[in-house]
Amino acid sequence: MRYIPHTQDEVGQMLKAVGFEKIDALFTGIPSKLKLNRQLDLPAALDEESLARLLYDLAADNPAAGMASFIGAGAYAHHVPAAVDQLLQRGEFFTAYTPYQPEVSQGTLQAIFEYQSMIAELFGCQVVNASMYDGATAAAEALLMARRIMRKRPKTLVARSNHPEVRAVCETYLSELEPRPEEIPMTNEGVCDLDALEAMLSDEVAAVLVQQPNALGCLEDLPRIADIVRRASALLVVEVLEPFSLGLLEAPAKLGADIVCGEGMSLGSGLNFGGPGLGLFGCSMKHAWQMPGRLVGETTDDRGRRGYVLTMSSREQHIRRARATSNICSNEGLCALAAAIHLSLLGKRGFVKLAEINAANARAACDRLSSLPGVTRAFETPFFNEFTLRLSGDPEAALSRLESRGILGGIALGRFYPEFDDCILVCVTELNSASQLEDLASGLES
Amino acid sequence: MSAAKERQSSGTSGLAYTEPPIFERSLAGREGYSLPPSFGDLEAARQDIPAALLRKEPAELPEVDEPTVVRHFTRLSTWNHGIDLGMYPLGSCTMKYNPRFAEAAARLDGFRRLHPYAPQELCQGALRLMWELADYLSEIAGFARVTLQPAAGAHGELTGMRMVRAYHKAKGNPRRKVLVPDTAHGTNPASSKLSGYKVVEVKSGPEGILLPEAVAGAMDQDVAAIMITNPNTLGLFEEAVAEIAEIVHAGGGLLYCDGANLNSMLGIARPGDMGVDVLQFNLHKTFATPHGGGGPGSGPVGVAEKLVPYLPVPLVEKRGESFVLDYERPESIGRMKEFYGNFAVMLRAYAYIRELGAAGLKQACQMAVLNANYVRARLEGHYHLPYSKRSLHEVVFSDKKLEQFGVTTLDVAKRLLDHGFHPPTIYFPLVVHGALMIEPTESESKDTLDEFIAALLAIAAEAREDPEALKTAPHRTIVGRLDEVKAAREPVLTWKPKQQP
Amino acid sequence: MNIPSELKYTRDHEWARVEDKVVTVGISDYAQEELGDIVNVELPDEDDEVHKSEAFGAVESVKASSEMFAPVSGKVLEINEPLLNAPEMINEDPYDEGWMIKIEMSDPSELDDLMDAGAYEKYVKEESK
Repeated sequence: MRYIPHTQDEVGQMLKAVGFEKIDALFTGIPSKLKLNRQLDLPAALDEESLARLLYDLAADNPAAGMASFIGAGAYAHHVPAAVDQLLQRGEFFTAYTPYQPEVSQGTLQAIFEYQSMIAELFGCQVVNASMYDGATAAAEALLMARRIMRKRPKTLVARSNHPEVRAVCETYLSELEPRPEEIPMTNEGVCDLDALEAMLSDEVAAVLVQQPNALGCLEDLPRIADIVRRASALLVVEVLEPFSLGLLEAPAKLGADIVCGEGMSLGSGLNFGGPGLGLFGCSMKHAWQMPGRLVGETTDDRGRRGYVLTMSSREQHIRRARATSNICSNEGLCALAAAIHLSLLGKRGFVKLAEINAANARAACDRLSSLPGVTRAFETPFFNEFTLRLSGDPEAALSRLESRGILGGIALGRFYPEFDDCILVCVTELNSASQLEDLASGLES
Repeated sequence: MSAAKERQSSGTSGLAYTEPPIFERSLAGREGYSLPPSFGDLEAARQDIPAALLRKEPAELPEVDEPTVVRHFTRLSTWNHGIDLGMYPLGSCTMKYNPRFAEAAARLDGFRRLHPYAPQELCQGALRLMWELADYLSEIAGFARVTLQPAAGAHGELTGMRMVRAYHKAKGNPRRKVLVPDTAHGTNPASSKLSGYKVVEVKSGPEGILLPEAVAGAMDQDVAAIMITNPNTLGLFEEAVAEIAEIVHAGGGLLYCDGANLNSMLGIARPGDMGVDVLQFNLHKTFATPHGGGGPGSGPVGVAEKLVPYLPVPLVEKRGESFVLDYERPESIGRMKEFYGNFAVMLRAYAYIRELGAAGLKQACQMAVLNANYVRARLEGHYHLPYSKRSLHEVVFSDKKLEQFGVTTLDVAKRLLDHGFHPPTIYFPLVVHGALMIEPTESESKDTLDEFIAALLAIAAEAREDPEALKTAPHRTIVGRLDEVKAAREPVLTWKPKQQP
Repeated sequence: MNIPSELKYTRDHEWARVEDKVVTVGISDYAQEELGDIVNVELPDEDDEVHKSEAFGAVESVKASSEMFAPVSGKVLEINEPLLNAPEMINEDPYDEGWMIKIEMSDPSELDDLMDAGAYEKYVKEESK
């Protein structure tokens, strides 16, 4: 077995040193009635070539991966430059352990410090952690954190215009707490109903969660939301599932968000059928001790040299145990590294340019598609790179026809929002070309 | 001086690079990007976005060319230890070799570019992989069904404990307590608390394992479950597990097992056969997926039949020859994560299991246990072994023999760095004073173990003859002991430009 | 080991200074020594109710987190706000600048369960063995 270095001889020598005759003797501590008396029923071992054929066949059996795609809905397809993955494949990065021993992990620690700094810039936050599992659990943890900070306020309000899977995860995470999160309704313009929000606020509400851009692609009026929430002395949590929108859109913390969370898989990891994600999480310094997740901090060593360590660790499970801010241990370290590398390559101007390209493409697409017979823009509300179209025909049928032409035209919004079952949600990024748009248009037209 | 010390070890040999945060390499006008044109009008990109929502100032990301970015991160990588560079003898982490084939497979476009919301009939390869992996994990650990949704071990624990609660609620009483041994990993009490339970600690017996009497004494109608790790964090098999299962089941409770130490029994025994009702796997431990400097991991959860209704949605099901995502699960605890789980991690574990097969997994387990016992046999007598029972895949020593010289486990750990070794886990489990927890895994050769043992023996001698060298270690790493107190009291958590004097 | 004679002490190493109905609370010199460099402290809010022997907050070093337990029951009148940004004061001056909360006692008889300085000194000697 190629991953095991021991020769028969060595095994013999080692058994002798331990004082045993046979390998089986190593397991006498396990009562025999508890032992397996058969071999595990698994497919036979494979050589690399057969293994390769197996995996290539499985990969090939996902034709969607090779089709022109206009699907967003929380997982945004963007180009990741080759340099990112090449650097990630350095064994010093991907085979490294969690940086608990800082002297031998300065590579990981400094890279994560840089990642924290970059996301803090995007979000406008003073402090960003080393990552959560994904955008949905980040949002749920943000609500739990808000409740910890606002000790006497147990309620949380979650806008319906948040991604349904984010709402579902928040529901699960808060399901053992009273009261359950309350849903803030949406208007016909595809945004959070601010009159309803105002009516639902009280001195029992700890936090309000909204998404920007929201799950229908629409831009929420964050400054007004922040104002309403502030007047009720509650905390505003803003979730960003498309971080490239921050090339054009103002940093949520600068608009009044107390906690900003988000999904960073599109920053450098690829879609990977939905996982791993990269949970982005930031807040102000005054709440840092209530924040979940690991934090990398700068310090000096005994010779005055700059170095990095995991810090404020007493918030975490390995120290506080039952009183920890969260039980999170492993996070999405390598994905955070990918994000740091990609953001470094894009840089200040590239990040803005990429956002402009996305927005420009999406506008051109929206104009083109909404000019087709039977297709209209569902909402007048501005958007970034994702928008909702209302179809006169059946959206599922339309998407099915497009599929047979090799195009993934978006998703039928009815699957997430029954009140919009005549709509599709379309996302356009820099990966989409003019000819793909034409194919989509002619497909929708027929 | 030991052979290990004479050989080139942790410091670099000639050129030793410093490299500041990348922001300090930034210069306005540098660019490292290559972007396609837009087919729309770039000037119009912002036109209908309200001014109040538009960014006033671009984010201050660094402006750097590609060669500088590549050099920057390459230099950073040279400061890291990794499995590719040397052993990590970290207890309960199972830092085994990360197969290269899995990395190649994970990069296939058919996986990387697959959107989770693509129509299911166009993702059959991915769904089949998930279904088969869940099936293999069920067989390996002895469970009825497995969910692949949790993103990490701790996430799996939380998922498992939520299912425990749902089970009890369905019976009319969620109960209020969970029993957790004193040897448990910190995520265990944290996960219990987050599931609405009060944690009651059960002390292990004098031999380091749980005594059925202690569990019986703590078990009552208000205990929802006991969370054990088997073998426990001392590397000892919980011999009374079957009895403990009976006691807890008789009281209407459930047995949760933390599967972090599964590498100690692959192909030899199965937790599901011992009365365990729910267990989380750690794919990034037992199944060789990379640690990535802190993640991503993956924490699937296996359950006995009685807990199947509560599994998170969606669950991958096989219908005829097709695979589908099943959302029709009315008693499910709900969603624990967006989408379906860490697919790219699952696919690496899948490749590992398919390559090794049953025989390979068993051999991995046997070599892992042999390695740990070899280390134990050679170090016994030089380092204090607090428990005499047979070790499985890891062994724990205490600092008892060092105390008289004023030397601590921390000093030993730091001095090991000078010998070119990453230290073992220290100060855990808490039941052992100054614990030194060593898990070599099956990937380490006898040569490597002999060098490691020689280093520890040299350090034991140094404790007697020259304790100062230990207390001021490490000497050969690129940074010395870092001021963690300052980092916590005066946190600097993001890069700031230096103030002009 | 500094153990001021005018104070009372608990088995969890908190000290109590009694002035009429108001009890000022902190952790002892022995406690701060054992914890090492303190990096964070969590305190209750003013007007919170505290209960004898129940946790009212936590104090944290780089490697450990320890709860503090109320020596008596009552209402929190005042907390030492500056301590929140300068937890090192607990190490430097545990009995004065490092005070944590002031409680308005609801049941003065609870004071009888506390140790005086002499008893506490003996207790600490036993603990350190």
